[in-house]
Amino acid sequence: MKPRVATAWLGGCSGCHMSFLDLDERLIELADKIDLVYSPIADVKEFPENVDVTLVEGAVTNSENEELAHIIRKNSRLVVAFGDCATTGNVTAMRNPFKLEDVEKRAYIELADKNPRIPDEYVTIAQLLNIAHPLHEIIKVDVWLHGCPPTADQIWFTVNELLQGKIPVLPPVYLRYG
Amino acid sequence: MSKTITLAPVTRIEGHAKITIQLDDNNDVIDARFHVNEFRGFEKFTEGRLLWEMPGITSRICGICPASHLLTSAKAGDDILAVEIPETAEKLRRLLTLAQWLQSHALSFFHLSAPDFLLGFDSNPATRNVFGLIAADKEFTKRGIRLRKYGQEIIEILGGRRIHTPWTVPGGVREPLDPTKKDYMLGWIPEAKETVGLALDALKKIHKKYAKEIPEFGNFRSLLVGLVSKDGGLEYYDGLLRIKDGNGNTIADKLDPRKYFEYFGEAVEPWSYLKFPYYKPLDYPDGMYRVGPLARVNICDYIETPMAEAERKVFKALSGNVGVVNNSFYYHYARCIEMLFAVEKIEMLLKDPALLGTNIRAQASVNRPEGVGCTEAPRGVLFHHYKVNKDGVILKANLIIATAQNNIAMNRTVRQIAAHFIDGKKGKITEGILNRVEAGIRCYDPCLSCSTHALGQMPLHIELVSASGEVLDEVQR
Ligand code: SF4
Repeated sequence: MKPRVATAWLGGCSGCHMSFLDLDERLIELADKIDLVYSPIADVKEFPENVDVTLVEGAVTNSENEELAHIIRKNSRLVVAFGDCATTGNVTAMRNPFKLEDVEKRAYIELADKNPRIPDEYVTIAQLLNIAHPLHEIIKVDVWLHGCPPTADQIWFTVNELLQGKIPVLPPVYLRYG
Repeated sequence: MSKTITLAPVTRIEGHAKITIQLDDNNDVIDARFHVNEFRGFEKFTEGRLLWEMPGITSRICGICPASHLLTSAKAGDDILAVEIPETAEKLRRLLTLAQWLQSHALSFFHLSAPDFLLGFDSNPATRNVFGLIAADKEFTKRGIRLRKYGQEIIEILGGRRIHTPWTVPGGVREPLDPTKKDYMLGWIPEAKETVGLALDALKKIHKKYAKEIPEFGNFRSLLVGLVSKDGGLEYYDGLLRIKDGNGNTIADKLDPRKYFEYFGEAVEPWSYLKFPYYKPLDYPDGMYRVGPLARVNICDYIETPMAEAERKVFKALSGNVGVVNNSFYYHYARCIEMLFAVEKIEMLLKDPALLGTNIRAQASVNRPEGVGCTEAPRGVLFHHYKVNKDGVILKANLIIATAQNNIAMNRTVRQIAAHFIDGKKGKITEGILNRVEAGIRCYDPCLSCSTHALGQMPLHIELVSASGEVLDEVQR
């Protein structure tokens, strides 16, 4: 059986996933090596059980991110903090010095001409956490992949090491933020 | 007593979007809502940052169209510096804009929509993705992957990296084009043209295959908004706003995008983090408008490159006697036409000697307390508006993002599809509704990472819930 790999998208810009797609023709090679069992670029709805490796993009910013993070941990053998938002909070955490209410007020009251109000129908939308958290503050993380986003080469190196059952030791050239 | 049907979560975007459908006392569909579930707060946390940092920060709004935010932010900066940027800088920025269109449209078509088109709307969801497509048709998928790669490589050649390049700045760009790279980029043109041709052929087969269904995919009249060049051509980097109505009448023309706030307002609904921009003279929600490829190809008088212009005429013929093509399904078609334009225009720019100039940046300090940048992002017109102090520290920022401007229309599309296909009296959701709602939203290629995040296609979990909260029916895949 091929290794079961998942990718997930929390509070980020999708740039880390785009960098994954920047593997270009290597995606074709990868298709032979793995089963992509869950991903924003795929159609499976529930996070599956028994996943070998999950790459998680983004910081944990709301109640749904938090729930999904716990499910990911429970169902994955190895969890990778995929990119700077997952690793440090990065741009997503730039809201942290501000009061959540002020951040919401700016967008939904000051900058609204009609029905200014903060969206709060939490039956249908997720509630924001007071601050955005790096992934390791919410669940245990096994591997960190730096970069905003990590380059395709860096992703390729990491995924290949993981597929060989190794915890990747990133060479210095890949150890950069931003 | 009204009832609600919830379609949740819209999972290829990981639960960050959700759809509910409201039934009235007679169990007829009275409303439908597309809920967007994520918010990051750029309009607040950029306060206190420097104008020169803004392209780099706002590029992180979206990993799919980072170059569009980068360019629009830099243009807001040009406005604040009150400079006209050098000719070479403008041409280089235009090249960047087109590379961004090309890679983003290729992603939308090949990586995200083609699995439905080629594997089928009803194919196994476990493999209905780009990897499934690789297994089914390796050659076609490879062509699509390479077309996106071409766009990304141009961005990398210009800006040193593919995603979140810091290359564009207020006043111009940081580095000139390395002349040794020009021939390499030109070398791609024949393959790129051929690949877009393959996409167009595949799409035309889809038009035939789904001829009966297409009329239900968000087929309604709305305003269409976008930039056009001074003489009415398709424009992508710098132009004036034109607004047409759903009958093809031009209701406003040559509007200065720097005064966008006079024409467009933003509404809020408690059930979505995505705001609802509307055209002020018609008020909310009647001021519904669509932006992006469908709007752009509809409102322009011509396209300056020959192959795309020929295809535009075929597109326009679909409008019959209405004057504009109102069916949202043809977003896909318009997107392919724009890919063709992007490739042809990239070729023209690369052959322009001015592209290799070295005067690339106008130096100035803050000369105006506020500025607006506006470009056509892949998904539609994008505005960045900053107010700064005398040192260029951001006091206020407002961002109006393309996908948000389609928000009212996306909701209308879901309502139209639901009203047509849901029989509330039976309290049942058929499998067909899943396909159609999915496909209806996907036409807009909503890039919710701009305001939230969402990528690609949306398999659904639908619940039919009575007013008392009882789940009458549930479907998912
Ligand atoms: S790390 Fe950078 S590229 Fe990745 S999600 Fe965060 S902002 Fe986007």
